[in-house]
Amino acid sequence: MPDASAEITVADVQHLAGLARIALEPGEIEHLAGELNQIVDSVRKVQEVATPDVPATSHPLPLVNVLRADEVGAVLTQQQVLSGAPDAFDGRFRVPAILGEEQ
Amino acid sequence: MSDLIHWTAAELAGHLAAGDVSSVEATRAHLDRIAEVEPDVHAFLHVAGEAAMARAAEIDRLRAAGEAPSPLAGVPVAIKDVLCTADMPSTAASKILEGWIPPYDATPVARLRAAGLIPLGKTNMDEFAMGSSTEYSAYGPTRNPWDLTRIPGGSGGGSAAAVAAFEAPVALGSDTGGSIRQPASVTGSVGVKPTYGGVSRYGAIALASSLDQVGPVSRTVLDAGLIHDVIGGYDPNDATSLKDEWPSMAEAARRGAAQGSLDGVRVGVVKQLNGEGFQEGVRARFAESLERMAAAGAEIVEVEAPHFEYAISAYYLILPAEASSNLAKYDSVRFGLRVDPGRSTTEQVMSVSRERGFGPEVKRRIILGTYALSAGYYDAYYGSAQQVRTLVQRDFTAAFEQADVLVSPSTPTTAFRFGEKVDDPLAMYLNDVTTIPANLAGVPGMSLPIGLAPEDGLPVGLQIMAPAREDARLYRVGATLEALQDAEWGAPLLSRAPELGRPVPVPGFGTEPDGGTR
Repeated sequence: MPDASAEITVADVQHLAGLARIALEPGEIEHLAGELNQIVDSVRKVQEVATPDVPATSHPLPLVNVLRADEVGAVLTQQQVLSGAPDAFDGRFRVPAILGEEQ
Repeated sequence: MSDLIHWTAAELAGHLAAGDVSSVEATRAHLDRIAEVEPDVHAFLHVAGEAAMARAAEIDRLRAAGEAPSPLAGVPVAIKDVLCTADMPSTAASKILEGWIPPYDATPVARLRAAGLIPLGKTNMDEFAMGSSTEYSAYGPTRNPWDLTRIPGGSGGGSAAAVAAFEAPVALGSDTGGSIRQPASVTGSVGVKPTYGGVSRYGAIALASSLDQVGPVSRTVLDAGLIHDVIGGYDPNDATSLKDEWPSMAEAARRGAAQGSLDGVRVGVVKQLNGEGFQEGVRARFAESLERMAAAGAEIVEVEAPHFEYAISAYYLILPAEASSNLAKYDSVRFGLRVDPGRSTTEQVMSVSRERGFGPEVKRRIILGTYALSAGYYDAYYGSAQQVRTLVQRDFTAAFEQADVLVSPSTPTTAFRFGEKVDDPLAMYLNDVTTIPANLAGVPGMSLPIGLAPEDGLPVGLQIMAPAREDARLYRVGATLEALQDAEWGAPLLSRAPELGRPVPVPGFGTEPDGGTR
């Protein structure tokens, strides 16, 4: 298990940027590493009171799963759905190549 | 008709009903005001112009035929750019959504339209509602109508500045950690974050889904209640929407204003948010407000909320975690920006588009959220933060056993100057220390103006919080306090704001309003 008190390195930020699909510039990565360490040092405070006897809360008001009847409701048309697409063709979203040359 | 823009939504609705003013006149007056002051204020990212005039004419025709869709029909309204509008660009102030026109209206917008209100345009905000100053807008900041060198709060600085500058009588905002209440506080206006689930989030561009809530922005408590009544209530398109039958918030406000007394109301001062370490003038006005409430019959009690000091840390783990997931949808495929460097895979295009389309604060929070959710750190950060959420809720439950409403200053300081905190994320995050607990627990909160800080002449806000589902209490207590203040001051606080729309002096010695001493 990774050490939650370890410093966030430039390599860590590079890895996180990859996971988040943001092609950060080298200068941004370095800058972010510094800022993230500062922020994480501060928010680590939550661990002081999060003892095992405290249950977690995901939503402010207790909710149960909401299911609706399996019927077609008011839905967008294909044209509406494609209206904001950067590129569309023949009623579909068009994307660049899925696989690179090395794949 | 220059008075027209100074009327509240309630007053304007009265005049529209009486027939001594038309919606076309009202809409034109506000569009003229927008043209006059926008070069200074920059509250709007898009102005509806002719579309607003056409809708106003249609409402006038309906009213003449006796078919006005609601008492507020014909009243103009400004809409935060985080809400989807089928006829106007909806960008959340991000370059990644520049020019995007959604195929549908957000539910709160659809309800305003159905009630006959006239959308004037879309208001500026911090990009994807991440920020407390509008300095993170990709389209330039909004300036505070009280002092153009200062921030209007954030993220909803545009909506707050629009109502404070009389560009619109009412507006919509969204509040994830204070984005309605903090801008209200620093601009001398009113803002309400309803109970989580009280207003539909359908069509609100998501920041943190377990915290986001849409609400009204206005100059008076009654106007906020009128808008709340229109936008609130169950919506099957939002799975977290509550099915409760809600009382009229406007009625609660009218009752509170008429009552003029707070007899029997227990007002709890949260010890952990009582102003210690806050700006002196903020503390002074807060203390004065407590005295005013006590004189009106309220019982002031001090309550403890020992875990509130952990709330901000929990928030800055939960919010980035949820945001990093919500913002994954900006993938350059279905909508928004695509930057294609050529001979690239979809994944490379996605990464370059997100690099170019997102601003620095959005990237910061996405990376932080990705970190908090990554394998091995999940329990230590996100898990612990969710446990703190339970503790904050327990603090609220205990506090509301001793008090009907809780109060605190809405913000630690008055409006700060541009640039003061923009490069210091932690300092910026601390602006929300007072407002965040309500979002974590889902309880409703209101900010209303309680005077000016003596040291800088800028507005100070009071935050009122009530138990979940008891939003009406905010309106009842807020309207009473507002009525007492107006009686004492002889006019609302905003009448003391400097006039806008004058020629801006060229910066330099001797040309500033105070004689060049800055």
